[in-house]
Amino acid sequence: METVVTLTLNGEMVSARADQTLLDVIREQKIDLPTLCHMQGLSERGGCRLCVVEVQGAPRPMAACVTPVTEGMVVRTHTPELEHQRRLVVELLLAERNHVCAVCVVNGHCDLQWAAAKLGVASVRYEYLHPDLTMDASHARFVLDHNRCILCTRCVRVCDEVEGAHTWDIAGRGIKTRVITDLSRPWGDSPSCTSCGKCVQVCPTGALFEKGATVAEMTKERDFVGWIIRGRTKREWTW
Amino acid sequence: MTKLKLATVWLDGCSGCHMSFLDIDERLLELVEKVDIVYSPLVDFKAFPDAVDITLVEGAVSNQDDLEKIKKVRAHTRLLVALGDCAVTANVPSMRNPFGVDQVVKRAYEENVTLQPQLPTQAVPPLLKRVRPVHDIVTVDVHLPGCPPSADAIFAALVALVEGRTPDVAALTRFGA
Repeated sequence: METVVTLTLNGEMVSARADQTLLDVIREQKIDLPTLCHMQGLSERGGCRLCVVEVQGAPRPMAACVTPVTEGMVVRTHTPELEHQRRLVVELLLAERNHVCAVCVVNGHCDLQWAAAKLGVASVRYEYLHPDLTMDASHARFVLDHNRCILCTRCVRVCDEVEGAHTWDIAGRGIKTRVITDLSRPWGDSPSCTSCGKCVQVCPTGALFEKGATVAEMTKERDFVGWIIRGRTKREWTW
Repeated sequence: MTKLKLATVWLDGCSGCHMSFLDIDERLLELVEKVDIVYSPLVDFKAFPDAVDITLVEGAVSNQDDLEKIKKVRAHTRLLVALGDCAVTANVPSMRNPFGVDQVVKRAYEENVTLQPQLPTQAVPPLLKRVRPVHDIVTVDVHLPGCPPSADAIFAALVALVEGRTPDVAALTRFGA
């Protein structure tokens, strides 16, 4: 039998299964909480910090996606302080690399852009770093643009956990961190890449896109990870 | 009631924000009942006036001329509005920042020139080392992102400012809109 716990979410008593994360429960309750690195069907990374919530008794905000529910937990999701911290996170992401929305392939279809709009980020208080970053267009069908990458690792996880190829990885530390393909050889030379395109579809920004797409032309199909997982686990193949 | 003074300024941008401003269309008539346009690339006054109520700034700060202009504009403006992504984020003009000024100037005046390639020494204002958003240089009161912000967004923001309200920017526009 499944263990059920009760917690307080924004002042309301809520029941949850003990194996759920806080983010699961928050989304079940139709509370709008922004995320960038989370993707239903993939393991959690807890890296983007947009889903931070206030847990009573905890010394600092907790990322809801990697926090298991516990009995008696008291959680708040939208305090002014949390909203402030979410805005800072988005501004830091925008300042770190070259996110030029106006000329981006996913302008209008970008998770980062929408997170900024939703959180009311209308300017960035930090100095833009404008790093000199490369693009890898060696693959026949897809392009990697480091200028737009936010290091959410959705590509790494979907390639490893769903496609089973593990072409993508992370190299470097801190500001020098980059996503790489096959020990940092050009994507087009990768012997492990199956060209399935899952990484491109789950990428929240314009960092991975289909060759030939120009400004605002690239839209992404995000639901397919759920379809595949449901098919594999429940034998329900629908899309 | 005395009319408010409105100015618009064009720094390093494509003029698309000014085009969008003009796209307010017949509502411009409504607007000029409440404001006088005292300085703008669209009108013929040569000098920036002493006391302006609202100034819309299009474009990023890219060269020495932009830098001096924006400081002067700020000093004589009550409410400074960064209009559009170039003013707000430095946007496309800032795409030269990773390369550095020398490479950019060389590309423009030498590599792509067939007749008498030479670097300009007069009349052309020297480029700043880095292109920066307006709020990096002076205090900005309202950020109105968008590339360009829609005419509706510009009009709504102006109406709010004229009526002494803070425009609800998040409801009007976003980066890249």
